[in-house]
Amino acid sequence: MRAAVALALAAIVLVLIPLALTSYQLGLLTKMLIFALFAMSLNLILGYAGLPSLGHAAYFGMGAYTVGLLALRVTGNFWTNFGAGIVAAAVVAALFGLLALRTHGSYLLMITLALAQVLWGIAFGWRSFTGGDDGLPGIPRPSAGLPLSLADGVRFYYFVLVVTAVATAALWVVVQSPFGRALVGIRESERRMEVLGYDTWRYKYVAFVIAGVLAGVAGNLFVYFNGFVSPAYLSIVFSATALIMVILGGAGTVLGPALGSAVIIFLENVISAYTERWLLVLGSIYVAVTLFAPDGLLGLARRLVARATTQRSQVEERPA
Amino acid sequence: MSALGVQGLTHDFGGLRALADVSFDAGVGERLVILGPNGAGKTTLFNLVTGLLTPTAGRIRLLDRDVTGLKTHRRARLGLARTFQITTLFPRLTVLESVLLAVQGADPARFTLHRPATAFPRMFERAEQLLSEWGLADRRDAPTQRLSYGEQRQVELILALAGTPRVLLLDEPTAGLSPAETVSVAAMIRRFPRDLTVLLIEHDMDVALGLADRVIVLHQGRVLAQGTRDEIQNDARVAEIYLGEPGDGDGDVRRWGARA
Amino acid sequence: MTFWTFQILNGVSFGMLLFLLAAGLSLIYGLMRILNLAHGSYYILGAYVALSVVRVTGSLALAAVAGIAAVMALGVVMERVFLRRVPRDELPQALLTFGFLLIVGDVALWVWGGTPQTLPRPEAFSKSVRLGELVFPSYRLFVIAVGAVVGVALWLLQEHTRLGAMLRAAIDDPEIARTTGINVSRLATGVFAFGAGLAALGGIIGGPLLGVYPGADFEILLLAFVVVIIGGLGSLKGAFFGGLLVGLLDNFGKALFPEFALFTIFAPMALILAVRPTGLFGAR
Repeated sequence: MRAAVALALAAIVLVLIPLALTSYQLGLLTKMLIFALFAMSLNLILGYAGLPSLGHAAYFGMGAYTVGLLALRVTGNFWTNFGAGIVAAAVVAALFGLLALRTHGSYLLMITLALAQVLWGIAFGWRSFTGGDDGLPGIPRPSAGLPLSLADGVRFYYFVLVVTAVATAALWVVVQSPFGRALVGIRESERRMEVLGYDTWRYKYVAFVIAGVLAGVAGNLFVYFNGFVSPAYLSIVFSATALIMVILGGAGTVLGPALGSAVIIFLENVISAYTERWLLVLGSIYVAVTLFAPDGLLGLARRLVARATTQRSQVEERPA
Repeated sequence: MSALGVQGLTHDFGGLRALADVSFDAGVGERLVILGPNGAGKTTLFNLVTGLLTPTAGRIRLLDRDVTGLKTHRRARLGLARTFQITTLFPRLTVLESVLLAVQGADPARFTLHRPATAFPRMFERAEQLLSEWGLADRRDAPTQRLSYGEQRQVELILALAGTPRVLLLDEPTAGLSPAETVSVAAMIRRFPRDLTVLLIEHDMDVALGLADRVIVLHQGRVLAQGTRDEIQNDARVAEIYLGEPGDGDGDVRRWGARA
Repeated sequence: MTFWTFQILNGVSFGMLLFLLAAGLSLIYGLMRILNLAHGSYYILGAYVALSVVRVTGSLALAAVAGIAAVMALGVVMERVFLRRVPRDELPQALLTFGFLLIVGDVALWVWGGTPQTLPRPEAFSKSVRLGELVFPSYRLFVIAVGAVVGVALWLLQEHTRLGAMLRAAIDDPEIARTTGINVSRLATGVFAFGAGLAALGGIIGGPLLGVYPGADFEILLLAFVVVIIGGLGSLKGAFFGGLLVGLLDNFGKALFPEFALFTIFAPMALILAVRPTGLFGAR
């Protein structure tokens, strides 16, 4: 019940907030939403199924490049491009999943990383097609095929809000479903799940592809938002950013990664205004989170509250 | 009809032959106890039967169907369940959540992803019913890692029973338990449905012989003897294995020796 | 004909560099089950420190020693102070070591700037040698020799010394090793530092050939990963043959299909993954 109230309040705030923000701030919030979707998609495999990936940027970048290339070279039609972006991400996830999910643990990390680097290598090396290191600039906001142009920042924000909300709701249903419960069982003990009659490979594979598709949706949104895509959005640094967003917010909770995304985007924005050493700070965040908040900010807050209350009760008990 | 039959089952680990040409049949409802010193190949046998290992040679038949090439989860759905020697429960899930997963594994809705699990009340009812039937209802919301060792073994058994199996493999269900806990787990096994076929690896002789219809003795990967418990207790070769090398630290050796 | 010989020699010399990287990565994984993403940092840090020292002192030998020592010290700090405080689980270890990869990369950019730089070659290997009708830079032969020497030394160490036996025992089963009186904790720190030192050596002898620049840490880390994916994590033999294979593939890929150079590495990697998910010489 409290969760429903909180959710309704958050929805009202997110719907009304464009009235109170400058267009720059609104852009930042739009970016947070897009990256929240990206992090939530990774969380499905990382937080629920326990499958770490260092290559999640592959699906994001694949969606972004597909939309960008089609929009610049073929057609401005929103529906074909958005659809193609999703299909491209799904195909890559389906292919990579076949190779990567044969392994576990450290091998899985290395292989997802290496596979994502294949796409990075193509985007970087095939200059004539992808623009190489310079990327693809000048991708317009969607308008063709839609009743309204989304060029305007407020309209685009609402578009992103709706897509992210629908995707979040879909993720929520999936993690509450028998399928989602089974993913948690696989995370806790895969062998036990097999003996209980679960085809664990199929669960992991389907989750992997769903995560890839949603990352692709985030990539589609991002390329329209940013108007530009470069190999950086296929890189290991970007994949690892998604990882830290998930862990920082709290893996295995639906909205934790959204919190992580908001914190990282906010910090990047603030810190980059003062210093060029953002990567140094980001690296320190990785170290600090693994040492001091391994279960995320929510877990850290919970632990601190618990410690404070036990201390208080001890203090209260002392006089007696 | 045979519930579980293995013929010529052989398994090599690297250069080592862990199981050599093992054959036996278990009838429907039979309680078959597997005995043998450590390293005799008992757990390997269970891993082969459940499909966690692939045999080097031999066939496995479950309910008169050849399952040698089937994956673990396919065998489970045909009615094969097992427990593990080392507890591999879902440590961070509650007892109820764990049992729900076990119930769901045998439910046609197990792969549904567009409706929440709460849309299937039959699974919750079955889980609750299992917990009250086996006396763990008051622990339903405890994370399994917080349970006592004895309670964890009970949860193991409930998970194995949740899918209403036809054949159940129990790998040392009383290992590491106190005498009182051992008694309650043995009582639980005695209450299993009479048409359930049970294969039991057990070191505690009182438990083993109290439950057994028939006994198979494994030694160095081979079947040394099989028969009724009286036949086995009077078997000279078995006695030699167990009495011949006393005090090598193997718990069941001394217990067997004391009884024989 | 000369084209092929030339490219093969180039590929082998690059393969030896990759072997130095992959051997350390593999040893650390074998003993501690830690996938060290900061391994690329050791490579560039070794090269950068050597560069500064050679500029001040003019001595390449001193520069090499300083570069290796600095990186080994970093390795010891990472292992003792940081990695021991996180759970023995691949995700926290990956996040922690990735944090170091970012930190070292950014600090290096800060201190040594963004322009690519090259280390000087030793005087003795600054010329080319003539092999029949082929003219080949002698420095590349030197790199091949260093790789071969390190490879043989590591093999001898692992197979024929008490330390190697301890190492093999500890890799097989840390528990048993501990009960037989092996100080696994000290061994772990030692292996971590040694692996870091090998990566620094790779950076120092690779510096004159490939240069050192921001982003080289990621590039070399990725190639080292491909080597251990192909060869198998935890296997010295895998690191050696995987290194040679990737060195050759990379070289021929760049020479023959420059736009798709990475494909010539990744296609065989995907193939091996499909057949043997734990690599050619990997356990399990």
